[in-house]
Amino acid sequence: MLLIYCPYCEEERSELEFRQGGDAHIARPTNMTEMSDEDFEAFFFLRDNVKGLTFERWRHLNGCGRFFNAARDTVSDKFLTTYKAGLPRPDVSTLRPAASAPVETYEATESDAK
Amino acid sequence: MSDLIAATDLSNARTLALAGRHGGSGAAALTPAAPATRLSLRAKPEAVSALSAALGVSLLTKPKTSASSNGRHALWLGPDEWLVIDENEADLMAAVASSGVLHSATDVSHRNTAILVKGFGAETAINGGCPQDLSLAAFPVGACSRTVFAKSEIVLLRTAEDAFRVECWRSFSPYVFGLLSEAAEDAGN
Repeated sequence: MLLIYCPYCEEERSELEFRQGGDAHIARPTNMTEMSDEDFEAFFFLRDNVKGLTFERWRHLNGCGRFFNAARDTVSDKFLTTYKAGLPRPDVSTLRPAASAPVETYEATESDAK
Repeated sequence: MSDLIAATDLSNARTLALAGRHGGSGAAALTPAAPATRLSLRAKPEAVSALSAALGVSLLTKPKTSASSNGRHALWLGPDEWLVIDENEADLMAAVASSGVLHSATDVSHRNTAILVKGFGAETAINGGCPQDLSLAAFPVGACSRTVFAKSEIVLLRTAEDAFRVECWRSFSPYVFGLLSEAAEDAGN
């Protein structure tokens, strides 16, 4: 079972208590009524869906109920860190151990699991 | 018609969600808790001390902690959220209204019901559907948490080393009670 550290409860809890809430750090435009449809579409619908490091919103739904942000690797499914909502992105270079090269296959991910 | 309503004692007509149920095993006995008044309370840090004074029980701000006095419990649920339970059915809404500070309170007395789990297998029985570490080191007496019990949301309060109060929504209570009964059977083995 995946354990996720909740920055508000200050401990690791089971993934069963959490819900993913989409990409983090998406700034809501202040000039929404004047935006072109294309710009609004880019803000509202278009996401990068990158492979590897992503910043996501998560909600401790069946716990403290709070939204927080997480840096997660979509290849290994590993959470690099979680931090309170409203805080800036953490420095990624300090999070990822230099030795762990990106794993490409499902099997490699499994055997690498810690 | 109005005479008829006035003549009927409505308190006798109340049906409790878990009325008449009993269950569990020698390892973990299950008892439906008596009716209580409950408050879902939200407030900012500056209002906490005034609300604590009005309620007569401290609203703690440390995660997973609760305070109790005279059958009244205040459970930390989130950074600005508490569940207040009064087993003597006192008027909690009136108590917080007298605090004079900004807060948000909702009476959830009839939304929730509670199951008391007691016995040396209480931890094991609850872990039958709840993923939290309930060892005394991680979840001491007085610890509380909103969490899940299988598919249902519950609020857990450890009232003694071998006793828990499991708060759940009344519509979920037959499910929670049923699954707890099964887990309590297994806890003895």
